[in-house]
Amino acid sequence: MSLGELPFLQQLTLVLAAVVLFTSFALLEQARLVAAIHAFAWQGLLVAMVTAIVAASGGYPHLFFSAALTLGLKVLLIPWMLHRLVHRLQLDRHREPLRRPALITMAALALVIFSYWLVLPLVQQELLFTRNIVAVSLAVVLIGLLMMVIRAQAVVQVLGFMSIENGLFLAAVSATGGMPLVVELGVAFDVLVAMVLFGVFFFQISESIDSLDVDRLNSLTERAEEES
Amino acid sequence: MMFIEWLLAFVQALLYVALAPLLVGWIRTLKARLQNRRGPSVLQSYRDLYKLFAKEARMAHSASLLFRAAPYIVFVATWLAAAAVPFVTTSLPTAAMADVIVIAGLLALARFFLALAAMDVGTAFGGMGASREMFVSALAEPAMLMAVFTLAMTAHSTNLASMMDYQLFNDPVLRPSYMFALAGLVLVAVAETGRIPIDNPATHLELTMIHEAMILEYSGRHLALMEWAAQLKLLLYGVLLANVFSPTGIATTTDPGALGLALVVVMFKLALLGVALAISETVLAKMRLFRAPAFLNLALLLTLLGLLSHVILEVGV
Repeated sequence: MSLGELPFLQQLTLVLAAVVLFTSFALLEQARLVAAIHAFAWQGLLVAMVTAIVAASGGYPHLFFSAALTLGLKVLLIPWMLHRLVHRLQLDRHREPLRRPALITMAALALVIFSYWLVLPLVQQELLFTRNIVAVSLAVVLIGLLMMVIRAQAVVQVLGFMSIENGLFLAAVSATGGMPLVVELGVAFDVLVAMVLFGVFFFQISESIDSLDVDRLNSLTERAEEES
Repeated sequence: MMFIEWLLAFVQALLYVALAPLLVGWIRTLKARLQNRRGPSVLQSYRDLYKLFAKEARMAHSASLLFRAAPYIVFVATWLAAAAVPFVTTSLPTAAMADVIVIAGLLALARFFLALAAMDVGTAFGGMGASREMFVSALAEPAMLMAVFTLAMTAHSTNLASMMDYQLFNDPVLRPSYMFALAGLVLVAVAETGRIPIDNPATHLELTMIHEAMILEYSGRHLALMEWAAQLKLLLYGVLLANVFSPTGIATTTDPGALGLALVVVMFKLALLGVALAISETVLAKMRLFRAPAFLNLALLLTLLGLLSHVILEVGV
């Protein structure tokens, strides 16, 4: 079946999924903390829109609830909490440029190709209409992981972690019409609790080492060893 | 019939030359209004060209033959590239050479001679401008070609006329790859035509100029040709964006009624693009030169994502 024969709503889902992938790149490359939080909120909004469209076009009414949950939690509540945290830690104007932006972009693009290659057998076994979004969501997960590896700033790492959750949620919505409601509520609650815990950790880290640069944690121990 | 088609192709090429200053004048007027100035008339760029053609062309003592020939080569190469882009109709004999790679090649030829001429006299500014132009274009070219390949994968052709026909004769489809390619190509067009935030066309400030630095030694008709070529390039990119991504309205025959309508529609689209450019140039500030790689990396990323989303999301369906 060619792209033109798909219903309009499904075409829209594909476009939105592609933009989700782009927001993942935007998140990865963002130097400013506040801008990164905004990119994360946009990604959440797009995922919520995809969920709502799949709910409308595929006839999964419970997905509307998931969409509302995503909208409330990942677009409004968590970005708001992060904003407040960043403000209280006085990191509003904090910039942390990437060291090798071109190289990191290429690595992320390689991850996209890798996840496409990984999902290819799935595509060949005629699954659901949104099956090729699985490759996109896998790429979002992998880019989130990459982000947690290469960024040293704790808030950005948390954003990477949350975007992994976005990717998994997108995969669940597009491949199997969403998870059971109980699981989804559980995950949403976990994310919220994780956010609160992260907030506490931020304060602890910044109090003990005067920075949220996690790499400094290593250098402190090394220095201590050198002295001893 | 054949004769009429060739005549039309010639008229279309002349339209490019005739309308290029108008687009620049329109953008200047809009920018002036946005900055609360009254600004010159829309026709001012024609008057400038007329004035320059009437003036005597002065030449540096150290200038070689290359310096004298470069304005003509640059103008003709740019004009040839522009004439290949379907403006009002896709069914012309010149459509056969409307291949994007040919157009990119012609523009590269024009740029090559522009940079050589800039270095010919041996002034500091010329060399600096040439090196900056090459720096920007070396980064912009891969992104442009990627955008073209993205489009070509859908239409199975790198020919502009076939790409437009493909979109006109198939049902409208939302394509993520087109969206990314459009965004990438807009960034490339901004960089290649020397607009804000890469270069500021309205300044002669030593530290920032790129295009102006290269043509600093020119005067009279040579300067006029260089300016005109730059205006043609802007129009070329405008038509490329307007007609390739939304070919609605362009004629597919040589029927006079359809041609007239197509001309009105394409002028309207270009006027809208002019508004968008004027607004973005008023809102944005010029970037430092060394931020240009980040800007063009974004363009490359967008076009690569376009290519990948075509493969991942569009082919497998």
